Amino acid sequence: MAETGDVFAFDAEQLELRRTVRRFCAEHSDEATVRRWMDSPAGYDPATWARLGGELGVLGLAAPDESGVVGGLVDQAVVAEELGAALLCGPVFGTIGLAIPALVMAGDGGLRDELLPPLVAGVRTAAFAVPERAGRFDPASITVGAVRAGGGWELTGWLAQVVDAAAADVLLVAASGPDGVALFAVEGTADGVDRELLSTMDLTRRQAAVRLSEAPARLLADPGDAERVIGYALDVGAVLLAAEQVGGAQRLLDLTVEYAKHRLQFGRPIGSFQAVKHRLADMLVAVEHARSTAYHAAWAIQGGTDDPWLATSIAQATCSQAYSRVAADTLQLHGGIGFTWEHQAHLYYKRAVTDAALLGSAEEHRNRIALAVLDRAVVPPSQVPPVAGVAEALRG
Amino acid sequence: MSAVTDAARVEEAARKVVAEHDPRQVSTRELLGACFDAGLAWVHFPEGLGGLGVSRGLQTVADEIVRAAGGPSAFSRNPIGYGMAAPTIREHAQSTEQARAWLRPLAAAEEIWCQLFSEPGAGSDLAGLATSAVPDGAEWVVNGQKVWTSLAHHARWGLLLARTDPDQPKHKGLSYFVLDMGAPGVETRPLRQMTGQAEFNEVYLNDARVPDAHRLGAVGDGWRVALTTLMNERTAIGAGSSLRGSGTIADAVALWAARPDCHTPVLRDRLAALWTRAEAHRLTGERARRSATTGSPGPEGSISKLVSAELNQQIYEFCMDLLGLEGTLYGSYAISEDGRDADWRGPIQQRFLRSRANTIEGGTSEVLRNILGERVLGLPGEPRTDAGKPWKEIPRG
Ligand SMILES: Cc1cc2nc3c(=O)[nH]c(=O)nc-3n(C[C@H](O)[C@H](O)[C@H](O)COP(=O)(O)OP(=O)(O)OC[C@H]3O[C@@H](n4cnc5c(N)ncnc54)[C@H](O)[C@@H]3O)c2cc1C
Repeated sequence: MAETGDVFAFDAEQLELRRTVRRFCAEHSDEATVRRWMDSPAGYDPATWARLGGELGVLGLAAPDESGVVGGLVDQAVVAEELGAALLCGPVFGTIGLAIPALVMAGDGGLRDELLPPLVAGVRTAAFAVPERAGRFDPASITVGAVRAGGGWELTGWLAQVVDAAAADVLLVAASGPDGVALFAVEGTADGVDRELLSTMDLTRRQAAVRLSEAPARLLADPGDAERVIGYALDVGAVLLAAEQVGGAQRLLDLTVEYAKHRLQFGRPIGSFQAVKHRLADMLVAVEHARSTAYHAAWAIQGGTDDPWLATSIAQATCSQAYSRVAADTLQLHGGIGFTWEHQAHLYYKRAVTDAALLGSAEEHRNRIALAVLDRAVVPPSQVPPVAGVAEALRG
Repeated sequence: MSAVTDAARVEEAARKVVAEHDPRQVSTRELLGACFDAGLAWVHFPEGLGGLGVSRGLQTVADEIVRAAGGPSAFSRNPIGYGMAAPTIREHAQSTEQARAWLRPLAAAEEIWCQLFSEPGAGSDLAGLATSAVPDGAEWVVNGQKVWTSLAHHARWGLLLARTDPDQPKHKGLSYFVLDMGAPGVETRPLRQMTGQAEFNEVYLNDARVPDAHRLGAVGDGWRVALTTLMNERTAIGAGSSLRGSGTIADAVALWAARPDCHTPVLRDRLAALWTRAEAHRLTGERARRSATTGSPGPEGSISKLVSAELNQQIYEFCMDLLGLEGTLYGSYAISEDGRDADWRGPIQQRFLRSRANTIEGGTSEVLRNILGERVLGLPGEPRTDAGKPWKEIPRG
């Protein structure tokens, strides 16, 4: 599991993993179940979540095994893709995407060893309360302060929108203290933690406003290490988010192709009209591109085979656009039925909108790409293509 | 396991070829001939026919080594030969001897190949073509007109699709031949294109004779053989580069870097979007190569052909917008004497004009979207007015 693996070559175990998670989701995260849980107070089913962690053991595939080796990000991406395809309700983003990777990178220590196993087992959940801009840690936007209190710390401040925080057992919070910015763990039910559920467009992915008033906290990563830990978590989060986007987009493509084969107008299936068929062909291209970039990023980070900065931005810029576009086209190609509450298209559409905004928009990621490959591009004159200028055009 | 040893085999063979035939010393012909003999021309072909019988995904291993040693791109020396003729010959030639007799000089770029498919009355609807082939003893007598035939003026051989039975429905009455472009009755006339160059031609066929031994596939089975050519054409056109940032996008990035005075935030975002799309396209090609086999490419090749064509156009449109008024100048419309690929080696403005053909040649983007919809996604076809009718009763024009 831990070796680099041949890029883009899924092995038999990964194919089996995909089948297992897909089967589980078909049973425990079908549309009716999703609708039930998205209307529930908690927003998800803790029992289903615990089965994912316990029975299936798929919540911490990129966590260290007994020998301490970290690997399996591609495996985790396969899981994220399937959970995204099924719109499984639960703290996928906060716990699998961000908190677990942060704890993995936080290095050995009592606190990590206490917090990580129950998250991986699915018996506790976590949220990641760290300000980011374009998928990068943004210490300048920190709104929480940390002070020493007794043997530990106390945090005070306000966080406007934290995904999966409402139901989280533990919050990983970036706060500025006397020695700089550090990462802390705060128990969700501790005194001084006040969480208010926000009304969100996507009902399958909850957000909360969090107020901390001298909330007791424990130090997870000190100022010397916090940036590295948070950076890794954000990179992994971006990869898993991209995989989720692939899963959702592929599911919508399949759904819409089926619909286009069977919905008859003017005496023929609508899929035989080129305006419809060509849009579906473009959706196919979008999904294929998304898949290539998401898994390239997963392999890049797992094996260190590519710059994580560039790989995650390529994936996020591509997948955010692909999912949004495919979701919008799904609505269009379903006609009126696609605009109804009954139809599942809107559930995916709203997820696509949310996912596109999380960890940086496509535009922000393109900006990151431009920083890396355009702004610093140095091209030898011999490689600049010729341009016919006035000198060449003067007709002598 | 075996994938690793295969890769090592390809690598070893390639290193041996460049060691024994230093690409910087020997002629292109010698080098490419040696690659053929070592099984590196098409690694997925059988041994003896320019291959090693390994996965086609390993071709890049050989190509990279030859390129790094200073060798030329074999493909660009004989694009239709390498990309389309070779796989068709390998699958459909009547004998291995005949296949080898064509493939060795093809691989060495001693003999250039062209593709005689399109006609004035049959483009997208290729199966509707009218050029006839009538048997006469051990030969066929061919009459008709082909058009848009790239490289016909350089070619020794042409891949010819002709109608051998006009009473059959259009797909059924076709047969596929290899035509000697120097044979009596074959007349090639250059056609000038909008860039000023003349890379394609009209080819008139008046009682041109083809030996039956030069037929590929069974009589009446020409459409199936043509599909081999077309699938490989799309894969070859769309294949693109395996190096990040290379290919057409490199033109745009280089121009961007050389023209800081033209930078705007809007153009910067546009170029970043193009770069990202080029990279997604490249990675999708890598992914396809991973799952490639020794057999023929599937309809997925249409994805890369479609994307690369539209991307090329968007990239040169970007370059033109970057250049502003200067982009409206043009080097020269005079036909250049320095041979092939003149447009792609010319100034940006010329490449820009040339890219307009990308969404037409090798299957239009409309037709490719039909193929993706129908063959990959399984959507229903359109109602047809020509289905099952004998070819001669179908309206044309
Ligand atoms: C630079 C260049 C090089 C070429 N080289 C060769 C060569 O070497 N050998 C060779 O045989 N051919 C060659 N071609 C020909 C090329 O394959 C044809 O031009 C192409 O297949 C389109 O055919 P057409 O030109 O007859 O256009 P048409 O088929 O008449 O198409 C006209 C328009 O109608 C659209 N259309 C047609 N049918 C459909 C449909 N079913 N659904 C939706 N839209 C449709 C097309 O997309 C296009 O927009 C070359 C073309 C170019 C431009």
